[in-house]
Amino acid sequence: MSAELKTGAAAEAVGRAPDQGPGGRRPAEWFSRAVLKNGPLGGLAALVVVMAALSKDFLNGQNLLNVGVQASVTAILAFGVTFVIVSAGIDLSVGSVAALAATVVAWAATGQDLPVWIAVLLGLAVGAGSGLLSGALVAYGKLPAFIATLAMLSVGRGLALVISGGSPIPFPASVSRLGDTLGGWLPVPVLVMIGMGLVAALILARTYAGRAMFAIGGNEEAARLSGIHVKRRKLVIYALSGLFAAVAGIVLAARLTSAQPQAATGYELDAIAAVVIGGASLSGGSGKASGTLIGALILAVLRNGLNLLSVSAFWQQVATGLVIALAVLLDTLRRRSTR
Amino acid sequence: MTGVNDDVPDGIPADVPDGIPDRVSDGVPDGAPGDVPAGVPADVPGRAAAGLPGGGPADVPDGRELLRVEGVTKSFPGVRALDGVDLSLRGGEVHVLLGENGAGKSTLIKMLSGAHRPDQGRILAAPGPEGPDAGPTTEPTRPGTRPGTRPTTKPTRPDAPPDGGLREVHIRSAQDAERLGIATIHQEFTLVPGLTVAENLFLGRQPRTRLGLIDKKTMRTRAAELLRRVRLDVSPDTPVAELGIARLQMVEIAKALSLDARVLIMDEPTAVLTSEEVETLFGIVRELRAAGVGILFITHHLEEIGALGDRVTVLRDGRSVAQVPASTGEDELIRLMVGRDIAEQYPRQRPDRPGPPLLRVRGLTRHGRGTGPVFRDVDFEVRAGEVVGLAGLVGAGRTEVARAVFGVDPYDAGTVEIDGERLARGDVRAAMRAGLGLVPEDRKGQGLVLDASLQDNLTLARLNRDTRGGLVDRGAQRRRAATVAEQLKVRMSGLAQPARTLSGGNQQKIVIGKWLLADTRLLILDEPTRGIDVGAKVEIYQLINELTASGRAVLMISSDLPEVLGMSDRVLVMSQGRLAGELTAEEATQDAVMELALHTAPDTDRARPHETNQDKAPDTDHGNHPDKSAMEGSDVR
Repeated sequence: MSAELKTGAAAEAVGRAPDQGPGGRRPAEWFSRAVLKNGPLGGLAALVVVMAALSKDFLNGQNLLNVGVQASVTAILAFGVTFVIVSAGIDLSVGSVAALAATVVAWAATGQDLPVWIAVLLGLAVGAGSGLLSGALVAYGKLPAFIATLAMLSVGRGLALVISGGSPIPFPASVSRLGDTLGGWLPVPVLVMIGMGLVAALILARTYAGRAMFAIGGNEEAARLSGIHVKRRKLVIYALSGLFAAVAGIVLAARLTSAQPQAATGYELDAIAAVVIGGASLSGGSGKASGTLIGALILAVLRNGLNLLSVSAFWQQVATGLVIALAVLLDTLRRRSTR
Repeated sequence: MTGVNDDVPDGIPADVPDGIPDRVSDGVPDGAPGDVPAGVPADVPGRAAAGLPGGGPADVPDGRELLRVEGVTKSFPGVRALDGVDLSLRGGEVHVLLGENGAGKSTLIKMLSGAHRPDQGRILAAPGPEGPDAGPTTEPTRPGTRPGTRPTTKPTRPDAPPDGGLREVHIRSAQDAERLGIATIHQEFTLVPGLTVAENLFLGRQPRTRLGLIDKKTMRTRAAELLRRVRLDVSPDTPVAELGIARLQMVEIAKALSLDARVLIMDEPTAVLTSEEVETLFGIVRELRAAGVGILFITHHLEEIGALGDRVTVLRDGRSVAQVPASTGEDELIRLMVGRDIAEQYPRQRPDRPGPPLLRVRGLTRHGRGTGPVFRDVDFEVRAGEVVGLAGLVGAGRTEVARAVFGVDPYDAGTVEIDGERLARGDVRAAMRAGLGLVPEDRKGQGLVLDASLQDNLTLARLNRDTRGGLVDRGAQRRRAATVAEQLKVRMSGLAQPARTLSGGNQQKIVIGKWLLADTRLLILDEPTRGIDVGAKVEIYQLINELTASGRAVLMISSDLPEVLGMSDRVLVMSQGRLAGELTAEEATQDAVMELALHTAPDTDRARPHETNQDKAPDTDHGNHPDKSAMEGSDVR
């Protein structure tokens, strides 16, 4: 019962500030305006404030780093998915591709005794290759992206199971450091997340590939008539998504110190949710790496906070769903008010 | 309260005190006065006193006032789209709404059809004729056929001034508009491509059988009747996706007719029609007018005003600047609309001697699917410094030839040469490298990335050239975009503005600017001024002059005959996929062009069905999503 109440409060708080303390009304207005104006970032700030108010353990350095670690895999996956969604596609395969890439790394390094760097390159290549295949199905096979990547979701998971024989493979120790901390406190996954985020931001804002994504997502025909090789671009877009998924898979396996073929199941939906919470439109043409990061952080803060409040995992799912709906709803309102 | 024009019958105060409950009860079936919300006068006394008994408008010379807009103001962030607009529409008149793009016409229409709400001012409408929910009939509504049927509900506000029987209404949705008997034919189509013509006509209000199932037979019969009224020769079972743009327009018109509207708003219905179809449309409009329907007609073709209109309201910069009779001269109308005199409508400066051939097309042929070629044996050349017009009926294959030349669509035989070098087939990038550019006919669907910034749109065609080592030089992009936007006098708030928010003329400047930045030497313009106002048109013509003066060339496809004649140095005429002839500027007259355009191929070496070519060839709708474009577009600058 208390869990239910708290969950509701947390979900509400994304859009509304707590009405507590003296002069509660004005900060409330300030908050809702801040949320409407700043979109996802305002939502994240409001969520952090609420969690800090509800749980003493939330706002300390160690816990915040934990949040970062929890967000890292989702965020890295989501950066890759951002490319696809900006270009008006969808990638459902990233969770499976992540598991497949990690399995390939572990299999090559542990099973085949290949040098670790070759194993990692192989894993990344498998990730990019899976994306390339999805991209080819979309661009040249003219399959809807939903179907092509749904197929890849199944194929990727299946291959991971085939290669591993269904059981976890120990991850090479040198790569497992990716799951450790630097100096005993700074988690490497957070650094990888920030690094991949910067790369994603650079790609989206400043590279030919990125600008072409926006053009294709905004109006594919206009992009084609302006000399953009849409089909080739799609290959690149899905390959990038697969590459980012491979990185996420390696980070995840490093944290677990083993590649598990069933890892990251369902993560593609978290990744898509993060992108959408971050303000990207599923119809393409808009999206930002920073927004995606915020989206992943919102999901992580929510889970972490609800854990601290001992809300049951079942109710956490409900809360996550509400937050996704609320975030996109707010974003829609925000856009409408500025249009 | 802004002053109302001279349309208010004498002696009747134009004002209704504020606070009169809005939301008319027009949706309430007659005879159910109990359903009228308390305080809402279902009818206003004094109409009889005003000499306007709900009688037929046929015997009243200028009909009963159906709709009035008073001092309406509407602002969007950064723009005041409407600023105290007044308008009055009577039954049995064709009222032309004239104004440049961005003058506020679309905003006003959207307000009347429920998409926008006024910030200030009010909209008044005559009480509904009957319960419009009674179901569609194929008869046009006659406002005068309902005397006595209206319940004479006791007015709860006896002091309410009569105001010609009009009451303030708040149109909050398309349904509200429909209930008030206002139907709108938007510029962007609102048809569902996957459904048949009949299903589209009765979408959401399909006739039902007693079991509640859709009565397909009745629906088909009624649809066939509607199609007959718009003289459209297609089966009601044809999927809408198979229709060309002109036929889509006629289906839209049929759909509006099926609503039995008392007020019909037509937003540039003739923009995509050939002259023959325009005549058909005018016939329909005249019938409706005779039946007492009030028609608000938007057009950029000034010659249509005298031919069809009764009164003209001119909008400029969001204000209603004048109301004049439709017999007003074109020069005067342009002056009112633009706010200044336009020296020349077609300011073409022809070169003394055209340069060397830039583009040479030989024997270009594309076989169609079944019904004969899309185009066949097309030969022509375009020289540097020239404007070559490509005229012909819609569906004659002009757009298809242009797309094939530019490498968008493949062709089966023939060659395309630029500067004597053969161009790879079906390769847009090769065509661009050779100096070709295409401004497509569907500006929103194919020319622009609507939600992207002006900067991104302007620099899109040179994105690869602004890239060094994978990184785009955004600074250079910004400088280039700013330069060309200034050169083209694009009216914008900044380069970061999304293209969607520009008016049509300015959007077209952006598409042209994109090709200027890509250093295009031969620009193919497909219907470059469709849906663009006079002022912006002249600016685009001047731009064409500048282009050709600098040694570039223009191939201009246009269905606007005066434009083709006024701007081209040579006119090519296509008919049924073939080049029917070529005319010099001196030879080219309306009659000469039309004769060639209607000309059927003399060499009947291969029997082909011709009639299918009258409509648009099936392959021209690439990327043209009527449903998608229905959601966009606004006149808001």
